Formats: sequence, structure tokens, C-alpha cells
Amino acid sequence: MEIVRSQRNLTADGPPSLSLYRSAPSLEVRLEDFELYAIDRLRVLKGISDGISRGKKPEEMEKLVSELWRANMRHQDASEVTNKDMISHFVLRLVYCRTEDLRKWFLSMETTLFRYRFRLESPESQRMLMAEFQLPYKALSNAEFETVKDKLGQVARSIGQSSNAETIFFKVPFEEVPELVASRRVFLLKGYAYVAMNQVVSLVVTQFRSNLSKALVLTNRKWTSTIREQEKERLTPIVEALSNSYLGPDYSQPKEFAEISLKDIDQLASNSFPLCMRHLFEKLREDHHLRHGGRMQLGLFLKGVGLKLDDALAFWKMEFSQKVGTERFDKEYAYTIRHNYGKEGKRTDYTPYSCHKIISSTPGVGDHHGCPYRHFSEENLRAALGKIGVGSRALDDVMDKVRNRHYQLACTLTFEAIHAASCDTGINHPNHYFSESQKILKSRIQPTT
Amino acid sequence: MTKEEVLVERDDMQIDGGGPDSRQVRADPAGFSADYLKIYYGKLFPCADIYKWLSYGNDGKHPACDHSYIGRREFSFTLEHDIYVRFQSFNNANEMENAIKEKCPFKIDIGPVYSVDPAKRHAYAQAGNNVFTPVERELIFDIDMSDYDDVRYCCSGADVCLDCWPLMTIAIKVMDRALRDDFGFNHILWAYSGRRGVHCWVCDGRARRLSNEQRSSIADYLRVYKGGENNSKKVNLTGPVLHPFLARTYTDVLRGFFEEKLLCSQKLLASEERCQKILELIPDESIAAELLDRWQGNRRSSISKEDVNIARWEQLKHILQSGKQKAQGLRRCVEEIVFSYTYPRLDMEVSKHMNHLLKAPFCVHPKTGRVCVPIDPDNCGDFDPTTVPTLSELLEELNMSRTRAEPENEWERTSLGKSIRFFRSSFLHPLLKSCKEEMESSYNAKLQQSRNSLSW
Repeated sequence: MEIVRSQRNLTADGPPSLSLYRSAPSLEVRLEDFELYAIDRLRVLKGISDGISRGKKPEEMEKLVSELWRANMRHQDASEVTNKDMISHFVLRLVYCRTEDLRKWFLSMETTLFRYRFRLESPESQRMLMAEFQLPYKALSNAEFETVKDKLGQVARSIGQSSNAETIFFKVPFEEVPELVASRRVFLLKGYAYVAMNQVVSLVVTQFRSNLSKALVLTNRKWTSTIREQEKERLTPIVEALSNSYLGPDYSQPKEFAEISLKDIDQLASNSFPLCMRHLFEKLREDHHLRHGGRMQLGLFLKGVGLKLDDALAFWKMEFSQKVGTERFDKEYAYTIRHNYGKEGKRTDYTPYSCHKIISSTPGVGDHHGCPYRHFSEENLRAALGKIGVGSRALDDVMDKVRNRHYQLACTLTFEAIHAASCDTGINHPNHYFSESQKILKSRIQPTT
Repeated sequence: MTKEEVLVERDDMQIDGGGPDSRQVRADPAGFSADYLKIYYGKLFPCADIYKWLSYGNDGKHPACDHSYIGRREFSFTLEHDIYVRFQSFNNANEMENAIKEKCPFKIDIGPVYSVDPAKRHAYAQAGNNVFTPVERELIFDIDMSDYDDVRYCCSGADVCLDCWPLMTIAIKVMDRALRDDFGFNHILWAYSGRRGVHCWVCDGRARRLSNEQRSSIADYLRVYKGGENNSKKVNLTGPVLHPFLARTYTDVLRGFFEEKLLCSQKLLASEERCQKILELIPDESIAAELLDRWQGNRRSSISKEDVNIARWEQLKHILQSGKQKAQGLRRCVEEIVFSYTYPRLDMEVSKHMNHLLKAPFCVHPKTGRVCVPIDPDNCGDFDPTTVPTLSELLEELNMSRTRAEPENEWERTSLGKSIRFFRSSFLHPLLKSCKEEMESSYNAKLQQSRNSLSW
């Protein structure tokens, strides 16, 4: 990587504290530290995960990440700080390499962590990190800059930044900066994206992500072929325990309220379904139809709640047959329902959608799925909340959270308003909403003695 | 007098005669049958061309050819009575042609290229971890007229006519330009979906190798219209200026189509209900009320010479763009209305993932009997879905010219000939030429590399 317009000079800044985690450290690690460091890092990653699903903005995330890092990754011995970072990262690689879902979660959280730590570095150490990645991009020459100057300025203004003639730009294949492309934050010409110096974090993050993704697959291979067996007595139990404790339940198997039956379903929908599911449920009863996204979101939720396959088929058939006829239902729709229960196709038992997934979905024309707090207009949301009995004061609180993009907190407040009870854990999964609601309602029917 | 009566523009002249409109694409069950289809696949369907296309040069003799390539591509057939047969694969052009002729699928879908032969996926499943996974796929787009039902008043659902078809013309113009100029793609195939929309296949090597994340980023770049039934404002243009792509799209395509075509052909401001729908997009209620007031008032005399839609639109623009409205939200409002009524609406899920199936070009739509012919993006304004050849027309043309027997190129004698010639000259031949060059240069690079490593 070449930097044209600025001379590198190594100042008192020193080397960046941020590591690219290229290779595992050859250190002696005490077994307690092995576990403790990993738990501390998990707290950071878990905090990041919560921040993302609350829809925090980049500036808020930056603050959150630096707070989480300071709170959990300190060490009384300053020289240990870097080691703790390295060790905890590599331990968690072992923990999270073992299934596709674990890898995906870890990759996403570590990448986010890296992104915000990179942003906190000084420009000088940012450049050093770029050099360390050996990114093959050259800064735009002055001649080339002149030909696209106007467009670059237009893009800068379109995202509310002032265009600055001093900014260095890099011309890179658009594939390298998907997030900048997706949000139209770069100028694109003939397959190249023009990335400003203050956007290079996207470039570096893409690189970081792809390196880590490859590394995780390799780690997994090593784990299954040798480490698991070798460390059977020592590390394996720790590693296995670590991965279970923090991801939270995925609600793929209904546990607490083992089964629900069709005759109770309307009652349950109005008492214990979160707004997103209740809306889908009511639309289905009303229109006798839901589009694909809605069928998936509601269908998997019902599975998680404990609706058995036969009942699910009966339930969907009862509605859809009124619109499309029994024959078309059997032919076109029954398959996906069985598929969701792992009875068709590749026979995966699909897990119900989490809030994170629902919030980040993109409902189109005619769609009713998604998160009402995120995807409804203010007017429609107010009406929907009023209808389910949220009083006006609580309603204002909910709308306040929505405006600040705290969708899950808005949902939690709704829960509290309807149940007249507090929900300290917050809502992070529609099925979690359901089980919390059932707990409260059941305890009221049978007061504990 | 009710408001409605004031607002409705009286059309004393009948525009169309009564009865079913021949200029509309509607279901025509009579034009399609399994027997017809058999003849179509036997004599007209350009199977060899499709095979050539999807081989991307790997069916040649060059040492860099990957002979397993086409055999790892998924084809999916929909047989009569909606029987789906997925994960078909073919190792050569003959296998493919025979399977199609024998099974006579009502629909042929093309899926991704997998890591292994999809027909043998179960054999690999035991081996564990994700061996069977998509590795290559064209970047595809699917645009469906039924997604525009809130902005067209001529037809709805699966029907299309020449009054709403310009919405598809806009989509092709906007997307084709962005895919070429912004993303640098060259080998793009547009095809009529046979009924109510268009499909787009981006076939450059670079496009085929995109990851799902990269596909999503392109789809998001191109997406402005955000649907969702519970969200009333579907287009939000923020920031002090528009991104160059949006600015260019607005001035070069959208504005012209909106003002010169759709405004009048769809009568977008001709009734109170329609006016209200547009006024809802203006965030300032007092301005919306002022406009409504004007449109309801007795100012007919001043605008009587002009079309009422144009006159009202001019008034709206005048108020919103006058110097008084400095607030940014309002200045953008005219553009937001135009984007809402014209900007392409993509089916995002189709483009975001490698493993979505898409109907092959030159299939026949079972409901309309029309062939999914390619559309020339440079002349897409001339494309007329109501004159696309249908299965029964094509067979009639074959019968008419029985005399000359040239079994090889029977399509030459039918109205499908033009489409096949276009497919070859504008898409297939340039594509194969660049596949060959790409293959050559990567082979030479590899050769060079191994020479270098030997000399060490």
C-alpha cells in the first residue's frame, strides 16, 4: 500500500495497540486465565451483539465498544493487556469454530469489535495497520482525481460531509467495500469504488473478516482432527461449556410450555404474542393469506411456541384454503411447513427468527412481517399499540424508544405495559416474549403458596 | 355537489372500445398445451444456445476448460400438474436436449453452479461439513408489475398493458445503465418473464463469483423504494444533494417518464382519491391542504386548455419548489413523489442469494402462452409485451411454411427468429468471446507462475 500525499513519520505514537491476530501467541497460559480471559471477551462480544440488535447508530456503537473494552479487557499489569487480548481471541476461536452458526456469530461480533477499535486508533496507526494488511491499493493520482472530483464532492455532500480537496482517495474494486456500496456512500465508476481516507475502515474490515473467516474453518478442522481428543481432560470441557453459556437459547425446541393446542391459539395470540407475531396472526385470520416472509416469521415462531407439525398444517390449511382452496394449499404451501419442521429437503430443523433477524429484514409490497417498531409508520404503530391496550403514557414512552431506534426496548416497554409487570431481562427473541408472558400469566392463575 | 364530482375529469370520449382489450396481456389457456410444447421444444427452443451460454466456454478444447462446470449447474423442471423436479444436471448438450424433449417441462428454472454435481448431492452429504454448496451464480434481478399496483390504475395483479408497461421500460433503463456504468458489467441479458415483468441476468465472470454479501450490497445500492404495507412513505431521499447515481437516474429517466408518460396515461391526478395519495407524500400539511383547496376550487377555467393532470402537477411543483420552501424536506418532495411513482421495485430476496432459481429465457409462460424472449435494453422503449410471439402463433407459422424443409433452423421461419438472432449476436457471441479471453489470460498467468517457481 502506498500513501502518496503524506510522509510517514514514526512519532511517539508507537505501534498500534490493535492486533490483526495473524498467528496464535506462543505464551504460557494458566488454565484459569484461559477461561477468565475468554469470559471477559465474551462479555464484550455479547454487549456488541445487544447493541446491534437495538439498532444503535455508528457513533453510539463506537462509544459502547470503547466502554465495553475498558470495562472488561483491562489488566492490572499493563504489559498483560496485549496478551489478554491475544489469548482471549484465540481461545474464543476454539470455542466458536465448531458449527456454522457459532462461526457466523463470532465472525460478526469480532469484526464489529475490530471496526470500532480501528476507528479509535490515530490516523498514523490506522495507516500502519493498513500497511500490515498489505492491501494492494494505490492512492488516486492527481490527474485521475481531477476527472472525478465533481462526483466525489457530490457523494460527500449526499452523505452530509463537506468535500475536502486534501482527502486521499483509493480506487478499489467495488466488491471490497460492500457496506459502502450498499449505503451509497461511495462513487462508483466502471466497477471501481472511490474510497475516501476516512472510509478505509470498511476496506480493512473486509480484509479482517475474510482472514478470520478462513482461519475459523481451519481451526475447526484442527479441532475435530486433533485438539478435541488431545485436550479431552483439560481444555475440551472448558471450551464446550463456554459456547453454551452465552448465546442464549435459540428456541428451536419448545421447552417450558411443551405444547400448545389449536383451540387455545387465539387466546394465546391475544395474551402472549409479541406485536410482530400478533399482527401477522391477525392479518392471516383477516386475509386468509400471508406472503412468504410472513409465513416464515410466524410459522417458525409457532413451532417454537410448541405447535406440533400436524396442528400447524391444520392451522395454515384452515386459513389458506379459504383463499386458495385445499388443493392448492396441499400442493404449494404444505411443503414449506413440513420443510420448516425439518421433514423435507435438507431436513434442517429451522430455528425461529430472533429479534435481530426480524429487525434487519426488508419487508416489501404486500408484506406484513418485520418488526412493527422498526417497520411501521408512527401513525400505524400508535394505532396498533392502542388496539392491544397500551395506555397513552406508556405509549409515549414506547414511541420515544422507537424514535431512538431502541426497538427491543420499545417491545419490552410494551410487554411491561400490557402485563403490568416488569421485565428486567429485556426482550431479545419473540419466543422469549411469549415464554415470559406465559410465566407471568400462569403464576397469576395459580398463586404460589 | 360532492368533492368527487368536482375533481373527476370528464372524459366524454371513450378511449377504448368496450369488451376485452386486445392490447393487454392476459391469461389465455387456449394457447398452451403439453402437445404444443412438445413441438416447441422439438423444433424451436434454442437448447444448444442455452447450453453454450451456461457453459461459459468450458465446453471447448482449451486446456484451462473446467469440464465439470456445466454438470454442476442445477436445472429445475416444473412438470404438468405443478410437479417440481429439482437438482437436475446435464453433462453435455445432448443430455440436456433429450431430458427437455422427453419430460416436456412447463417451466425450466436455472439455479446456481454447485461445488459438486447437484444430482449426486446425497452421496456427498455423508462426507459432512457443507461440501454441497453454491459456488457460482449469475447476478439476477426480478421485477414484477404486480409490485406496482399502488401506482397504476389501468390494470392490477398479473395483468399488464401498454399504459403500465413503461414502468418496466424505466426499470430496464435505470438498472442497465447502473450495472454497466457504475458496476462495470458488460454481459447483461434482459428477458420478458412471459406475463407481468422482466428478468435480468448479469453474466460477467466477476458477477457470477460475487458472494451473497456483495450481491446484497448491489441490490441495496439499487434500492430506493422501501415497501412494507404498514409504512406509508416508501421513498426517503435524505441529504443535501442526491448521490450521482440517483441524480442521473432522476434527470435522465424518471422525470421524463413521469411527466411525459405516466402522469397522463395513468391519470395520476384525475380524481380526489388519487390526488390525496400524492398529497400524503408532502410532509407539510398546510401546503397539502392549500393544493387540495386549489384543485377543488373554481379554477377550472384557467386550466381547461391543458390536461388536468399536467396542470395540477405544475401547480404542485410551483408551490413546493418556490423560494419560500427552504426546508430541505420539502425541496426533496417533488423528487420523492416522482421516485415513488416510477423508480424500479426489485424483489430483493431473488438478488441477494446465490441459490435462488430463475426461469430460463425462451421458456413459454403456461398462463399466457407467450415466450420469454430477450429484450434489447438499448431499444427497450419499443418492446411491446402484447406482440410477443405466443406458442400457438409460432406453431401456426411453422405449419404455414411447411414447404421448405430445413430441420436445423426451423425457427428462422417464425417470428421467434428475430429473438434468437438477437440473443446470439448481442449477448451470446460477445460473452463467449470474453470467456475465451479470460480463460486464456488466467491460463497464461498460471503458466508464468509455474515457470517462475521452477526457475527458483
